[in-house]
Formats: sequence, structure tokens, C-alpha cells
Amino acid sequence: MAETHSLQDLQQPAVSSKVFIQRDYSSGTICKFQTKFPSDLESRLDKQQFEETIQTLNNLYAEAEKLGGKSYLEGCLACLTAYTIFLCMETHYEKVLKKIARYIKDQNEKIYAPRGLLLTDPVERGLRVVEITIFEDRSIGSGR
Amino acid sequence: MHLGVSESMRECEYSQISTRSSTPMETPYKKKTSKKRKWEIFPGRNKFYCGGRIMMAKQTGVFYLTLVLILVTCGLFFTFDCPFLALQLTPVIPVIGGVLFLFVLGTLLRTSFSDPGVLPRATPDEAADLERQIDVANGSTGYRPPPRTKEVVINGQTVKLKYCFTCKIFRPPRASHCSLCDNCVDRFDHHCPWVGNCVGKRNYRFFYMFILSLSFLTIFIFAFVITHIILRSHRNGFLNALKDSPASVLEVVVCFFSVWSIVGLSGFHTYLISSNQTTNEDIKGSWSSKRGKDNYNPYSHGNIFTNCCAALCGPLPPSLIDRRGFVQSDTPQLAPPTNGITMYGATQSQQSHMFSMESKPIVSDTETERLPPHPSSSSRAASQ
Repeated sequence: MAETHSLQDLQQPAVSSKVFIQRDYSSGTICKFQTKFPSDLESRLDKQQFEETIQTLNNLYAEAEKLGGKSYLEGCLACLTAYTIFLCMETHYEKVLKKIARYIKDQNEKIYAPRGLLLTDPVERGLRVVEITIFEDRSIGSGR
Repeated sequence: MHLGVSESMRECEYSQISTRSSTPMETPYKKKTSKKRKWEIFPGRNKFYCGGRIMMAKQTGVFYLTLVLILVTCGLFFTFDCPFLALQLTPVIPVIGGVLFLFVLGTLLRTSFSDPGVLPRATPDEAADLERQIDVANGSTGYRPPPRTKEVVINGQTVKLKYCFTCKIFRPPRASHCSLCDNCVDRFDHHCPWVGNCVGKRNYRFFYMFILSLSFLTIFIFAFVITHIILRSHRNGFLNALKDSPASVLEVVVCFFSVWSIVGLSGFHTYLISSNQTTNEDIKGSWSSKRGKDNYNPYSHGNIFTNCCAALCGPLPPSLIDRRGFVQSDTPQLAPPTNGITMYGATQSQQSHMFSMESKPIVSDTETERLPPHPSSSSRAASQ
């Protein structure tokens, strides 16, 4: 039983807790997350790093939802082609979402995973929250 | 995966989490069960077709009526009136009619079949976290808590965000829960039985285009059918004209009764778009100056032109519910009860289900046998 237990530890880290960064609606309905540093992460992460991650995410979402010449052009073109153009082309929003997915993967690899944390892409949570999973720190004993 | 070195352990740990594929531990033991797509376990009251690509409300009878009315009226117009008009006046008439008809049909189908902007329900962890925060704020032990609201200031206006007991989320501003579809919809306008779907953020522009083009089509058909009858009457007399073209009578009747409501609706929605309000907000008078001197719409961009452009040509957000994605292990299969304490307890056991194994909770019996530390990992989670 003991061997299975340690083998278990090696292969599947236990989740200690999850932190949810809620949306910030003070600027309206645009997608923006609160930059307040959650207390649960104090032992694992720098406040500055966290704020930088969230701020970059906010900027990327703002870019996706930006109203400007380019988005209007895309909208008009889509309307004229009866929206069939999206069968062969990605919308600007989708392109930015892919960029965000790459950024989150990159942040996980470089900053979060080495600290036993995992960022979940908000799009997998309906753009409601940024979910940060805190894993048990296995460097502290066998974590029982 | 069977190495004991810490760096590769870290890699193993990371790759286990970030990828969606099943863990190596799972495949030798687990039987190949057919993977379900997310639309098959969608909790709302929606109907899905074409493998989840088409999404409609449960009651679609009126939508089929709309479709039949449009198809029959246009069919009669093209068959009985257009040949005469093309010969007597100009062949441009059927061409314009055809273009309008196709546009109407296209926008109708697009409105009816697309996701209006449904907000996916909270995962059990999120719901538990929110409950914890609310309990802390209320100081109550939480059986049957009072209705929860959160206030937020948007562009100087105080907006109340309501907690949705069904979806277990605080609804974003302008979102509303549709009782017919049992979903929270972002920028909820109204549930339209004529299109068989909710009208929300993602399909509002198609809905507007539909009613606008339908107004033009109705007026177009009405005008030209009248023209047709008048031209025939000049030749053969009024009664003979009606006898020669009985379909025209039906078309005139349908168009006459439709034109008032559809043109009226188009005008109403043009007003809503130019002031950036939803039907919901307008009916409740949320931003009406009658409520108070300082009451104004915080979402308006300031001028009519920007509001129209934003509503009609702005970026189209993608669907948040990922209908065609495959169900993963951490997708909740059951709805936890709304009672605070019970849900919290249920979440704890669900949490350990989710994170100590990468498999569906349905096959939990098999999994529990394979992973003896399951109970201890849940106690670990509880102690944190």
C-alpha cells in the first residue's frame, strides 16, 4: 500500500486548492480581470509577476474586442458575403484567443509550473474567471 | 512516467495537466468508452442538430410557421406575380425580390441556429468558491441564503449584478437568465419564438438584419402585388384580375398583416441599437430618465453612429459553450444542490474525483479501486 501511495505521489500531484480571479466590470462589459493579488498565492508567486500576467491578458482581450477601422471592415465584409467568409477565415477575435492560449501556455511553462501552479485559459471557463490551480508542494516531505 | 527524478516528474506533472489526452495510467485499464461531445450533456433546455452545430430553443413550432409563411408567400410571388411583372415592367423586379428573399432566409437561419451568447454554468469548484465568499460576507452558515447581489460602478452608474441560482454565477452586466431555455445569455435582448431562439450578444445583428430585410421584402411584395393587380385591372377589370391571379390575394393579406408588426419592430430595434439598449432594459426602464435625473445608459458610446457600428459591425465573440468539444474528466456530470452546506460537501468529493484521476466520474467505481490514496487526497484537500 505504501509503495502504491508513493508511486501515486510521483505520477499525480494532488490539488491543494484553486484560486479564482473574477471579472472586473468597472469599465463595462469588456472582458477584464481583477488585478488584486489573492492571498493564497502569496507564498508561491510574486505580486508583480501575477499583476503582469493579468494585465497582459486584459490587454489581449481589449485588443480582441476593440472597435476600430479594422473590426468594422471585417464586420462589413462579413455582412456583404452573408457571413460565409468565416467558413474560410478566422475572425479577429478567434485569432486573438489563439494568441492568448499561446501566452498562457508560455506563462505556465516559464513561471507557473515551476512554482506548482497552473493557469487555466479563461475561455475554458466561459470567460468568467482565471482559474489558478495550486498544487501541493512536493518538496515538503511526501505531502500527506 | 515511471521515473523518480524530480525534473522529469515536474515535466510529467505539467504535461498531465496541460494536455487533454488521457493519462498513460488510464489507457491500459480503462475500456474504450465512446467519447461524448459537450452538446450531448448540455444542461440547458436547448435542441441540437447536425452534431451540435445547430442550436435552437426547445419550442420550435412558431419558427416553422415563420419559415412556411415566408417560403409560401415568396413562392407564390415568384410563381404568379413575377412573370407578369418581368414582362410588363422590368426583369429587375424578380432579381431584387430574389436577393431580398435569400438575404431574409440567410439571416433568419443564422439567428435561429447560432448560439445567442449562452454563458456556461459554473464548475463545481467555482460555485463552491463563490459560496464560500458569500458566506464570509454574510456571516451566515447558509441554509437558504437570501438573494445575492453585487454592486459594481460602470462609467459612473451603479449596476446591480444578480446571482443566478441555476447557473451558479454572478451574471455579468446585461446578461439575463432565459427561463424558456434555462440558460444565462450575455447581453440578453429577448426570447423570440418566431425565430425559435434567444436573441443575445452573438446573434442580435443577424436578428436585426432579418427583421430589417423582412420589412423591405414585405413592403416590396405588397407594393408589387398591388401593382400587378392594378395593371391587370386596367386590362380586364378588377374582379377578373382577382380571378386570374388568386394567389395575389393571399399574398396581399399576409403582407398587410405582417407589415405593421415587422416594420414597427424594425423601428423599435433601430431605436434600441442607436441608444445601445436591450429590449430587456427598455422594458424595465433601467436607463430611463424617469428613474432619476442622473440616470443614464453607461454602455452607450455617446453617439448614434458609434452605437450602430458597434452593434452591427463590431467584433463577433465566439461561442463560449464549445458545443462540439469532447467531454473531459473535469466536466461536471451532475448538478450540485443549491443548499450551501450540502453543495460544499459534494464539491469536496467531486474535487478529489476530478484531480486524482483523469476519468469521468461515472466510472468512478473502477477508478477508486485503482487509486487507493483517493480518500486521503480528499482529506488533504479538506485540510488545506
